[in-house]
Amino acid sequence: MVVRDLLDLKELKLLQEADLDAAISGGYMGDLLSVVMGEAEEEQLWITIQSHVNVVAVAALKGIPAVIIAHGYEPDEETLAKAKEEGITLLSTELDPFSIAKKLILEKGL
Amino acid sequence: MTFNYEVDASVPEMAGRASTEFKSVLKQLGVSAKVIRRISIAMYEGEINMVIHANGGTITCQVDENQIEIVMADVGPGIPDLDLAMKAGWSTASPQARELGFGAGMGMPNMKKFSDEMEVETQIGVGTTLTLRFNLAA
Repeated sequence: MVVRDLLDLKELKLLQEADLDAAISGGYMGDLLSVVMGEAEEEQLWITIQSHVNVVAVAALKGIPAVIIAHGYEPDEETLAKAKEEGITLLSTELDPFSIAKKLILEKGL
Repeated sequence: MTFNYEVDASVPEMAGRASTEFKSVLKQLGVSAKVIRRISIAMYEGEINMVIHANGGTITCQVDENQIEIVMADVGPGIPDLDLAMKAGWSTASPQARELGFGAGMGMPNMKKFSDEMEVETQIGVGTTLTLRFNLAA
């Protein structure tokens, strides 16, 4: 699966596009940055409720190609600019983390 | 080669700048992606700690043929109980820092996990100096 495959899911809104052909081989859910840094794996899709610039830094450090910001939280301009710079795709959803994860599993086979 | 960075705590959003810059340096030096990732994560954790606990500080990165040594020095409050600080999940971060997703109590454990050697010198009211070493050979 690649990032592009997520885009037709109607619950997801594309906020910042990066490499849409980047591979995704699983997912991780978490809002505590150090836990994500310690436990998430490269090529995972990350679902979080955090929407500030450090999310992009963590994703870049871990080799996470795309982040879904749940609960309708919107990142600020600085975060979007940083995502562009670091090559991280940012998406948002009005759904809670569990519900979007369920959709990704059931409808996308993630 | 030595690379020096200042960590400015007055702009918490800038935390991660030193680790991001050093990451680019390592890429240019041709260090393997796997090692770069471990170094960047550990250094980022140290940088975050300097910002949320110690009012900033300095980072010195020494790159040798077989080893990279990162020394992070602050003049913060010091760590009263190092065993507790090394314990996963234990944190003294402020509510503000926690709202940003920091203060998981994983910073020190992650630095230990992702480095090959870690040394901590700390004195109450004087500051903390943390040394991380990463082997490059094999």
